[in-house]
Amino acid sequence: MSSSSQHNIEALLKRRYDAGFVTEVEQETVPPGLNEDVIRLISAKKNEPGFLLEWRLKAYRHWLTMEEPRWAHVRYQPIDYQAISYYAAPKQKKDRPKSLDEVDPKLLETYEKLGIPLREQEMLAGVAVDAVFDSVSVATTFKEKLAEHGIIFCSFSEAVQNHPELVEKYLGSVVPYTDNFFAALNSAVFSDGSFVYVPPGVRCPMELSTYFRINAANTGQFERTLIIADEGSYVSYLEGCTAPMRDENQLHAAVVELVALEGAEIKYSTVQNWYPGDEEGRGGIYNFVTKRGACRGRRAKISWTQVETGSAITWKYPSVILEGDESVGEFYSVALTNNCQQADTGTKMVHIGKNTRSTIISKGISAGRGQNAYRGLVRIARSAEGARNYTQCDSLLIGDRCGAHTFPYIEVRNRTAQVEHEATTSKISEDQLFYLMQRGLAAEDAVSMIVNGFCKEVFKELPMEFAVEAQKLLGVSLEGAVG
Amino acid sequence: MLLEIRNLHVSVEGKPILRGIDLAVAAGEVHAIMGPNGSGKSTLANVLAGREGYEVTGGEVLYRGRNLLEMPPEERAREGIFLAFQYPVEVPGVSNIYLLKAAVNAVRKHRGLPELDAMDFLKLVREKLRLVQMDEQFLYRSVNEGFSGGEKKRNEVLQMAVLEPTLGILDETDSGLDIDALRIVSEGVNSLRSPERAFLVVTHYQRLLNYIVPDRVHVLAGGRIIRSGDRTLALELEERGYGWLLDEAARGQAAGQAAS
Ligand SMILES: Nc1ncnc2c1ncn2[C@@H]1O[C@H](COP(=O)(O)OP(=O)(O)O)[C@@H](O)[C@H]1O
Ligand SMILES: [Mg+2]
Repeated sequence: MSSSSQHNIEALLKRRYDAGFVTEVEQETVPPGLNEDVIRLISAKKNEPGFLLEWRLKAYRHWLTMEEPRWAHVRYQPIDYQAISYYAAPKQKKDRPKSLDEVDPKLLETYEKLGIPLREQEMLAGVAVDAVFDSVSVATTFKEKLAEHGIIFCSFSEAVQNHPELVEKYLGSVVPYTDNFFAALNSAVFSDGSFVYVPPGVRCPMELSTYFRINAANTGQFERTLIIADEGSYVSYLEGCTAPMRDENQLHAAVVELVALEGAEIKYSTVQNWYPGDEEGRGGIYNFVTKRGACRGRRAKISWTQVETGSAITWKYPSVILEGDESVGEFYSVALTNNCQQADTGTKMVHIGKNTRSTIISKGISAGRGQNAYRGLVRIARSAEGARNYTQCDSLLIGDRCGAHTFPYIEVRNRTAQVEHEATTSKISEDQLFYLMQRGLAAEDAVSMIVNGFCKEVFKELPMEFAVEAQKLLGVSLEGAVG
Repeated sequence: MLLEIRNLHVSVEGKPILRGIDLAVAAGEVHAIMGPNGSGKSTLANVLAGREGYEVTGGEVLYRGRNLLEMPPEERAREGIFLAFQYPVEVPGVSNIYLLKAAVNAVRKHRGLPELDAMDFLKLVREKLRLVQMDEQFLYRSVNEGFSGGEKKRNEVLQMAVLEPTLGILDETDSGLDIDALRIVSEGVNSLRSPERAFLVVTHYQRLLNYIVPDRVHVLAGGRIIRSGDRTLALELEERGYGWLLDEAARGQAAGQAAS
């Protein structure tokens, strides 16, 4: 590629981050630092039952024995866990607003600016939203309508108050607090998140979604999401995230647990647009997330779709444990790293039941000095007679200072299993760019079109509203003045 | 004059490829550019379309009186220059119809027209599909991906027909086509001929010119136009090959050098 077109492509990649504003609200934060008192304080603020405080403390004590993982293909300055504040919440007049009228208008405005209006009459029809601002859920829409179907959709804190038996039964059942360093930390200090329960045989009539917003400085965000799809039910869940532009790095260590019982299906889609840091790699979110689903019965199905465009560092492996016979796990991923962003992401498909099937489609896009690693494990247990996996891992490089890496791990303990792995690496070629520009497209639209084409197999898995959003986001992430 | 090329010199990686091209094309005309392999035909086509990597070391090109060489490639496209590529490029995951729509709307926006709505656009495309006898399913396949050589060339003509350029440049659109495809492609081009529109048809063979009858024929060799004539020149080349012309040109050049 000639050096001038190289230059053009790089200029194109100068990204604009639209969600980078700060909302001025009165905050209630606990001072930085982590110890058992802080955990007791968080638990007390949330008026939690004893079992939960005990669980948090066990998690904390276990965390103290653990070391931060170092195996990921990412590099960053050591995190000082004592310098982080573990709880930040916008001050509310009462404990928790009963309706949107009681929510601080500034918060509603924030979500409106982000394109997520929370007033029901203005909302996207057919999408219920739980809005999490720093450590707490500020509003959940369409709750009553969902309740008519017996569906519980609320903040995690509310679920702890109103459905403690469900929380106690399922919390940590997919991701135990001993699972990994960040999951242990999250279990100790998690503040809020979303909770979903879909009763047997119910097909959730609308998309459920959570919108996570980090606002406060020097805080970590540790949300926890738990979704339970009871026998024969179906739910599609969307997750979106943004944060202000700040020069310091901020830690986000979430845990998501999904439980699909016999014949149930959960579709979980993420468009992650945390602040990625600036061109020099200053600031940005450290996104260390544990997401896992368990197919606990026959013919259960869990499908993860993620579009990861943000964060300075992404460390994330949405996984499926295929326990039930004939259960199905899917992972569709687009991860874009630009400037100094680093992503180490992929999935784990653990086949335990007979005739379980999994599909992995991963699309990594690296630009600027971005580093993008796919790390995936396909494990076929001895019991997994007739299991099948198909993995396709494609990397697209834009420019020549970025990197793409693939680390597939395959462990097969049953000889009837079929495991297929395909991998490709390609570059956006000058030929493609010129071809599209000769048809009248501006350079940035041409790049965006090529990248969107590359991601097509993943985008078609996203719910309609999200697919459009994701395409735009990729466009913006690759946008800039033509040099 | 729609297009005026004056004493154009172009180098690639320091190596002179075009060495003084003069060519004037009026609206309504079809000019054929012929010449042996490596004579610079694609280079000329690419320079006109604004491809990077070519260094213009001398001369100028005016398009509708404007300095063409100053315009970025997408602006040239929007101003009505269309290049049917010798080697059409694959764009995986991008459907033909999506690209067509983006292209049409980019041109319309440039001209201050509103975007075509989905119905009007589909109507336009269907009409043009018939022209090149392509099945509608091609619209939903990824651009050129898995297309045969002939399908790619037909797809170029489809795009050209939809975009209705003012200056169509066809770079060996005939190569790799069987006789039926050649006829279809030629009819597609002929149906676009109009008093406002001009074509530069780059070809290696006179065969195409039986279908697309040119007003002028130019022979490019060694980066220069060594002979121009009417369509009988193409017939003569078919009969006698390029050798005699090249010999003549070499003698002419030697004489020129001796005189100076
Ligand atoms: N990108 C390039 N790099 C180096 N040489 C080139 C390049 N493009 C064309 N050339 C050279 O320029 C000359 C003319 O090529 P081209 O314009 O493709 O000829 P034609 O289309 O008439 O066959 C050839 O000698 C070819 O090798
Ligand atoms: Mg050529």
